[in-house]
Amino acid sequence: MENIDFNQILSIAIYGSAVGLILIGLYAVLMKKHLTKIIIGLSIIDAGIHLLFIAIGYISNGTSPIFSEKGISLVSEGTKMVDPVPQALVLTAIVIGFGVTAVALSLVIRLYRHHQTARIDQIKTLKW
Amino acid sequence: MRKLLVLFLLAVIAFSLYKPLSTIEFGADRMGSIENPTTVGAYYLSKTPSELSVANVITAIVVNYRGFDTLGEVSVLFLAATGLGSILYRRRKEGEHSISISKPSSQLLQAGSKLIYPAILVLGAYVFIHGHLTPGGGFQGGAIIATGILLMMMSYKDFHLNHTVLTWIESLAGITFATIGIAGLIVGKTFLENFMPIGTLNDLFSGGIIPIIYIAVGFKVAAELAGVLDTLLSIKEK
Amino acid sequence: MILFTISIVVLAVILIGVAVYAVMQKDLLFAVIATGVMSLILSVLFFLMQAPDVALTEAAIGIALTTIIFVITIRNTSRREDEVPILKESDASEMDDKQKAKI
Repeated sequence: MENIDFNQILSIAIYGSAVGLILIGLYAVLMKKHLTKIIIGLSIIDAGIHLLFIAIGYISNGTSPIFSEKGISLVSEGTKMVDPVPQALVLTAIVIGFGVTAVALSLVIRLYRHHQTARIDQIKTLKW
Repeated sequence: MRKLLVLFLLAVIAFSLYKPLSTIEFGADRMGSIENPTTVGAYYLSKTPSELSVANVITAIVVNYRGFDTLGEVSVLFLAATGLGSILYRRRKEGEHSISISKPSSQLLQAGSKLIYPAILVLGAYVFIHGHLTPGGGFQGGAIIATGILLMMMSYKDFHLNHTVLTWIESLAGITFATIGIAGLIVGKTFLENFMPIGTLNDLFSGGIIPIIYIAVGFKVAAELAGVLDTLLSIKEK
Repeated sequence: MILFTISIVVLAVILIGVAVYAVMQKDLLFAVIATGVMSLILSVLFFLMQAPDVALTEAAIGIALTTIIFVITIRNTSRREDEVPILKESDASEMDDKQKAKI
């Protein structure tokens, strides 16, 4: 019981699920025919990449990078905080991802109005 | 055949992701000590309390160290909202009205959403005003306010936003952000330089320009997201 | 540490399961709700990994706003993934005429 390597289990679980999400989303983008499903795949890829970034920035037994009342003295004592840079990047990426999803979905609605279908194998003409 | 090809491609990608990720140990401390930082994250952690006196380091990075990036980000959101409106624009035909034919919401939903709508707005404002002290900030607070507006739009069919007011809020917030940046250029040396007194850590009025910019970002994000939702919800039903 | 490991592993397994369900489901409304549940689990994972800012953003944008714009899209397009548009004979001929006129 004592020699279980928790970090090994954690790294398999977190990195595995992040890479798994990326692969599942890529599969949906490549194989599915319905445009809404393709955009669901894109947002799943997004989620996987965000999880990967946060996991790489994590430090075990670290605290979130927010200083408390005694913040400055805690820093000099060497209390660990997790890396704040990936978190700031992911914060930006989530908001931009929402904008991208909104524009993509509005294009789907526009295509459906024109072709009466949202399946890419039934859209015959390239013109709209 | 196509499925085989796709699965082969996914296997290649999985292998090429596995190779570098196996060298990154989960939870390892790669930041060096605070005294002599080895990564940029450790540098920010060591400098933020003394340079900016902001409690939330992520806010310091998003608004001050990488502030120009945030200005671009809100511009991208603005472009997304505008593009959405122009893609979905459709001229009204003769005799066509925008009266919705769907049933009105139930009494319970209407009364309940009217009850919690002000609370959601206050929560959003709290989150973006205290963005430099607690988790949260302009993006989170703006999104929370947009969800509150969404609740009202879904429960009341005739709840519509005034687009002129939205445009004004958005433009004023954007102008505030850009003006503070240019003022930093004039007073100090660089764009978005923190030229105001930074105060003491954990005060509401601390951090110089950071709370002002984050409040402006909060208003801008709330107006943009509410505009996107209003555009999408006012599409005429089939 | 044990509790942390167990909760992370359980959440990761549920995350993958929900994502597979979202991709495999033919009814797009179910798939979209599964994507929302995926965002919820992701938000809890971010919180456990000491990123409260990102967790708040994911909770507000990923769960509420993204799900609702997907639902609006499904209301304005088709709901089934394998749906073939059922065109009546008259509609089909009318569409052909329109397309011919455009070409």
